[in-house]
Amino acid sequence: MSWWQKAASETQVTHRQRVWLYILATIIMFLLVIPTVIVIPMSFSESQYLEFPPREWSLRWYHEYLNTPRWVNATITSFKVATLTMLVATPFGTMAAYGLFVSGGRMSKMLFFTLMTPMIVPVILIAIGTFYVFGRIGLVNSIFGLVMAHTVLSVPIVMIIVTSALRTYDLNQERVAQSLGSTRIRAFFEITLPQLKFSIVTAALLAFLTSFDEVIISIFLSGGGNSTLTKQMFSALRDYIDPTIAAISTLMILLSTGLMLSLQILGGRGAR
Amino acid sequence: MASPEINKIEHLNADKLLAAERHENLTIFALSLPALIAVLVVIVIPVGWLFSLSFLDSSGQLSLVNYQKMIEYKSYARVFKTTFNVSILTTLLCILIGYPLAYFLSQIPRRYVGFFMLTVLLPFWTSLLVRTYAWLVMLQRNGLINNFAIDLGLWDTPLKLAHNLNGTLIGMVHIMLPFLILPLYAAMRRIDPHALQAAANLGATPVQAFWQIFVPLSLPGVVAGSLIVFVLCLGFYVTPAVLGGGRVILVSMQITAILEDQFNWGAASALGVVLLVLTFAALFLASRFLKLDEVMFGKR
Repeated sequence: MSWWQKAASETQVTHRQRVWLYILATIIMFLLVIPTVIVIPMSFSESQYLEFPPREWSLRWYHEYLNTPRWVNATITSFKVATLTMLVATPFGTMAAYGLFVSGGRMSKMLFFTLMTPMIVPVILIAIGTFYVFGRIGLVNSIFGLVMAHTVLSVPIVMIIVTSALRTYDLNQERVAQSLGSTRIRAFFEITLPQLKFSIVTAALLAFLTSFDEVIISIFLSGGGNSTLTKQMFSALRDYIDPTIAAISTLMILLSTGLMLSLQILGGRGAR
Repeated sequence: MASPEINKIEHLNADKLLAAERHENLTIFALSLPALIAVLVVIVIPVGWLFSLSFLDSSGQLSLVNYQKMIEYKSYARVFKTTFNVSILTTLLCILIGYPLAYFLSQIPRRYVGFFMLTVLLPFWTSLLVRTYAWLVMLQRNGLINNFAIDLGLWDTPLKLAHNLNGTLIGMVHIMLPFLILPLYAAMRRIDPHALQAAANLGATPVQAFWQIFVPLSLPGVVAGSLIVFVLCLGFYVTPAVLGGGRVILVSMQITAILEDQFNWGAASALGVVLLVLTFAALFLASRFLKLDEVMFGKR
């Protein structure tokens, strides 16, 4: 009996009877992936117009990107903001997740939901609200204001990841350490933290990406010399199709894919 | 940690122990303070401020004029209608396309899922702006889709695909699909395979077992996923702004338009408040059907 005549489900449907599902799933998977990566080959085109496949290959648009101060400055700003967001959101989120998880009770559940609101409130509202309030205290167009807003967007992600790691962690280990004479803080740093390390690294990288890819708040809160890459891209997109954006997009895809794949590989190793 | 045993034991130091415990609980609670302050500064105060602005007229007097306008002016009604229609359509299309793929992923052996799941995760990780740009390029007059379809003989002259509702929907569905597939897949994996075996034993055909056992059991996943998609669509800005070409105006775009053209904070805030209320209403309705924290954890 070849494999396609064997049962593929609990209801004894054979693989052959499921061929339609495999074909349909393959089509959908292509529809998901191709639009995501199509700009990569296009970015290596020589032409002014984006074509696929490119008639002539070149690095023209990468040169264009690297030689335009506007793009380079925006890239530096984005890296700065994303790194700072990561450095602030990771400890904030981890502290909150740990504190609320350990204390338990109704009050901490309420605080947990309060800290999750950035995921529910439409970002456009946060954007114009902070634009209004930060405008009065001179925080618009500043790195500080943008980092603060991005931190709030990233904290829920950090908290979700760290909380779910804490759920599978046995907190009694801290009590054992305390009963052996360690302080609570030392128990946390020497017993708990090393075991949460992988989750915290994951959370940090996601915080970085959240900030790096964020568009709407950046449109409102960044400007002048502190414009982020996404803000520059968005305003360029509205006017005309600049092939330089294809080159930048390719680099952004490489950045996010690289970060995420390394996490997957690290995670696979950690699980073993 | 509050351990009840301590309270029961008649101990000389009971008071001191209790005080120490209370102190520790407070310290642990205080750990969430930095994050709470950040939320206060970035969300509570700004949104609260907008809320109060929405009740002021142009001269700063307390009034309902901003909300009145929303009822009286037809342009507002149109924006809300478009937002609602686009959100519903996107959600339905996501279910239609996402369900078969989630089903496929839930049926193959677990060791292969990781590989196929990458096709969902890759777009999920990729910047939304990058994917919107890719669609803008592909949907152009002489873009990939038009050229491909003409070569295949599907249509003769280039169709107008970008800068309209079609383009907006295509882009939004592509961007929202992972948000539907991920929770739906998780829900499908939770279905007990024995239920389907039992159905087969009792004489159900595979088709019957699918429709009468599998689909109903997967509904919580469908509801959770479509709720996330719907709520995200309500406040969506980037993709409709780029792919709609000014022809598809959603609430979030109307808000920025009012700010850019008229600098009217009252009107923009009122729209924002309504958007927020609609979002919470959708979440509240859904929370009656399923646990809200499950949805939130499924979100990312």
